[in-house]
Amino acid sequence: MNLAINNASLLFATALVGIALIVVYKEKLGLGKDILIGVVRAVIQLVAVGFLLGYVFNLNNIIVTLALVLVIIFNASFNAGKKSNGISNAFKISFIAILTATSLTLVVLLLSGAVLFIPSQVIPISGMIASNSMIAIGICYRNLNAKFKDQRQQVLEKLALGANLKQASITIVRDSIRSGMLPTIESAKTIGIVSLPGMMSGLMFAGVDPTHAIKYQIMVTFMLLSTTSIASVMASYMAYKEFYTESKQLKN
Amino acid sequence: MEAPLLKTTNLEFEVDGKTILKGITLTIEKGDFLTITGPSGSGKSTLLKIIASMLSPTEGKLCYQNKPVEEYEPTDYRKEVSYCFQTATLFGETVKDNLTFPYDIRNQPFNEKKALSALKSVGLGKEYLTKSVHALSGGEKQRVALIRNILFMPKVLLLDEVTSALDEENQTIIRSLIRNLNQEQGITIVWVTHNTVEIQSSNRIVHLVNGEMEEPK
Repeated sequence: MNLAINNASLLFATALVGIALIVVYKEKLGLGKDILIGVVRAVIQLVAVGFLLGYVFNLNNIIVTLALVLVIIFNASFNAGKKSNGISNAFKISFIAILTATSLTLVVLLLSGAVLFIPSQVIPISGMIASNSMIAIGICYRNLNAKFKDQRQQVLEKLALGANLKQASITIVRDSIRSGMLPTIESAKTIGIVSLPGMMSGLMFAGVDPTHAIKYQIMVTFMLLSTTSIASVMASYMAYKEFYTESKQLKN
Repeated sequence: MEAPLLKTTNLEFEVDGKTILKGITLTIEKGDFLTITGPSGSGKSTLLKIIASMLSPTEGKLCYQNKPVEEYEPTDYRKEVSYCFQTATLFGETVKDNLTFPYDIRNQPFNEKKALSALKSVGLGKEYLTKSVHALSGGEKQRVALIRNILFMPKVLLLDEVTSALDEENQTIIRSLIRNLNQEQGITIVWVTHNTVEIQSSNRIVHLVNGEMEEPK
């Protein structure tokens, strides 16, 4: 492997943070404190996770691996739930959606042999799946909130005509699913010509032949399309009901 | 004696600690043509929305055909007690999208002949079926919205100042349609209105002041 980074080179790289701080100071952006907190948190979190992953990889225990995957899913659900802006049961909905998206996608990858059931493969892949599901669900929630506000009168008209909740909300739900999936679809279109994504870059950094690295990236692209679609569909279909009361009236 | 079609008993409605309706006891018989009048902010629209099950009262009871409204499936009830908004909001892209909706929610195939005949009854030609909803005037939108409510005839039609923003010609078309629905088809009409012509055409008048009802005249 041709990975040349060491503690000294990392220390020199902190000069890059200095550039960001100079820009913030010169332009009076008031972000200096945020950058410092961000940098300190990133270092602490990454060091901690580095040691933790090193331990779990060496342990190579199924239960510990699955527990860590569950922690990733829990954290992703918690963060997606925070973006719901008041949608009831958002954590529960996010957890079910991310758990299903991660499990289904992971099972397909494991059965196809693209990923081996070893901690060093299952955990990073789960992290990628859960984090993309989390982002997609956050977009779905934002869209649901915006559309239920903008199209409130249309929804009321449909309810007054005797529509059930699904019939009154279906255009909003579909729009929300579309918005959750769109970033992944757009990113798939430009992959390789605009960005060289993380998985591929990481493998090439580690000295893997690019023609081999792209196979993993293709797998990741397919995996993210599947996971964002599952997460968006599940979260949108569960969350829209939370905009109504038990008497099938639109909440204020 | 036959039970009233709709009966409200001591209805109250409060929002953020403010009383909007108080002690509303009202009986609506089958075939009634009832107008609800009163100054702005007297609770007329709120009362109509409660009757339509679009809002739930804070206190009191609403019965439909002698059974509390909560015992009905809201979607079934709203198909029988149909509410038409003051300012019509059409959805989708074309008039047809709006007229197919009542069929879609009943899982029935669209009856184009019936839709065209309904359009004709409010003075809109068959070319309107494919027109964009954005190309319609306020009066045309209101007429299309009203057709949406009556393609499947409800038992009660609740009208919330549906002519208030319309010109004289559109008002006349809608009034004539409503009168016809009541007199020839026996549809019970509950109409919130300020218009004296509409008030005079009704057989019962309820006057609301500050959320309270004056005795029916």
